[in-house]
Amino acid sequence: MLIYSLKRFGVAILVTFAVSVITFVLLHASGDPAMAMAGEGATQEDIEYVREHFGFNRPMLVQYIDWFVRALQGDFGISIYLKIPVAEVIAAKAPITAILGASALTFALLISIPLGVLAAMKPNTIFDRIALTIAVIGQAMPTFWFALLMMIFFGITLRILPVSGNTTWQHFVMPSIALGYYAMPAIMRLTRAGMIEVLSSDYIRTARAKGLRPRTVLFKHALRNAIIPVVSLSAVQLGFMLGGSIIIETIFSLKGLGNLAWQSIQRSDFDVMQALVLSIAMFYILLTYLADLLNAFLDPRIRVS
Amino acid sequence: MTVNTSKLPDPATILEPSPTQLLTRRAFGHTGLMIGGGILLIMLIMALFAPILAPFDPYDQDLAQRLIPPVWHDKGSWGHPLGTDNLGRDYITRIIYGARISLLIGFSAMLISGVLGTALGVAAGYFGGRVDMVITFLITTRLAMPVILVALAVVALLGSSLQIVIWVLGLLIWDRFAVVMRSATQQIRTMDYVTSARALGCSTLRIILSEILPNVANALIVVATLEVAHAVLLEAALSFLGLGVQPPEPSWGLMISEGKSHMFFKPWVIAIPGTAIFLLVLAINLLGDGIRDVTAPENRN
Repeated sequence: MLIYSLKRFGVAILVTFAVSVITFVLLHASGDPAMAMAGEGATQEDIEYVREHFGFNRPMLVQYIDWFVRALQGDFGISIYLKIPVAEVIAAKAPITAILGASALTFALLISIPLGVLAAMKPNTIFDRIALTIAVIGQAMPTFWFALLMMIFFGITLRILPVSGNTTWQHFVMPSIALGYYAMPAIMRLTRAGMIEVLSSDYIRTARAKGLRPRTVLFKHALRNAIIPVVSLSAVQLGFMLGGSIIIETIFSLKGLGNLAWQSIQRSDFDVMQALVLSIAMFYILLTYLADLLNAFLDPRIRVS
Repeated sequence: MTVNTSKLPDPATILEPSPTQLLTRRAFGHTGLMIGGGILLIMLIMALFAPILAPFDPYDQDLAQRLIPPVWHDKGSWGHPLGTDNLGRDYITRIIYGARISLLIGFSAMLISGVLGTALGVAAGYFGGRVDMVITFLITTRLAMPVILVALAVVALLGSSLQIVIWVLGLLIWDRFAVVMRSATQQIRTMDYVTSARALGCSTLRIILSEILPNVANALIVVATLEVAHAVLLEAALSFLGLGVQPPEPSWGLMISEGKSHMFFKPWVIAIPGTAIFLLVLAINLLGDGIRDVTAPENRN
């Protein structure tokens, strides 16, 4: 187990490093950062000044090493627009995105696991059909459109939920649903498939034959085993949600990391963009690492191979 | 002497159905596949024959005819069956032309990511060992990068155009192709027909092209449909945020973004283009699920 977790940790570090290189190169090669920072209407002298001042005239490798060494010390530069250290900006905005991500995942799990279990208990019946239909529809709805439709319905027609801002818990209801529903189909399908497999296994038959209550068999014996792959899928989905938060936070004016990313892109705030891509990637890497460890812990076959 | 053949049973009825016949029969009996295929066919016709089908010019503005509601609304009329936008452009015309953009971006991005992902996946699965390690590492790295965020940042820096959106999406969404092709290739690389091809002295390229690829084709088609749908959704999101297709092009995502400021009082301005995206993605997904069910019924659950 120790060797396995160390090995996986090494890979996680390498992936983080690779992401940092790719992000740096992408952002610096996609355009002239000096020109973007100087803004429209800047003279050639202004651009040259920015290039000189921020060191964009140095070779890319030198720039990268300089950035990387400082990033390792927790210094991600200073936001050119907000004029405060990037690390501080991110730390200030992270809680809102964390709340959003956690409640979105909770919403997705609360809906999709019961649906998946129901669908598996009665395969090819009306429950199964409904669950499958929800999954198919959920996968085809553009997130931002679903969010706007909810705003019209709950915000204007029913007037029960606020449409923008982040001052009360009500402000998080619609964004969480909008962000969470996209993860529902995948979780539901996996729960259903896992339950169908587990329910037809020998130990469930044994448990039933022993005369245990159906509820005990279902929850204590079946669901516990069927849920294992769902845990790692949820980790992956939470990582995807962080990426998706850029759309949802922009629509609902939640001032979290997604909103910050969107504004930084519009302001050509390089250091913030870079730090955001890297921190979201690192969070995803951490989540998948923990999920892998959990899986290896629960299933000894994984850690041997 | 001539034999009266009309008395004999038709040979087709006594023969077992051929695999092709079986496949066609299954395909036509599959509701999802038929619905998906039907909608996609309509969208394709819309895209191909847009100039003939559309009643107006998609760029023609008529400020006297702004925000006319669709025909089912009290104030709607058949003059503009789906109404007009805030610049007085006919909505149904823009929806019809919008199919071109969505399908063009969806298919092109899928082709780019398909070539890249399949090449990587097949190489990883076929060669294994170090090659597999490196490619798996590439896939893991790609998965760790947030697609929308990276796409937005790169498009913002490069400047947005149709080509740039296609290339950025194509170079970002190859991961599923690689993952699926890798495991599909791993499953068949030790098959007898691959071994015998190698024994016959076939080159690696020949083995991959004529032994491996035809046998992973079904899985490839299913992933391809999923990725077309994925690219359509991403394009809509990019255009909605203003970093995809640029005005005045009639992209569905852009239409939603342009209608956003009117949506509270005229909800159809976002409902109509959104429904178009939804139907297209739904159709492609149904088609993909259907193809999987028909070609590999054993993998249904």
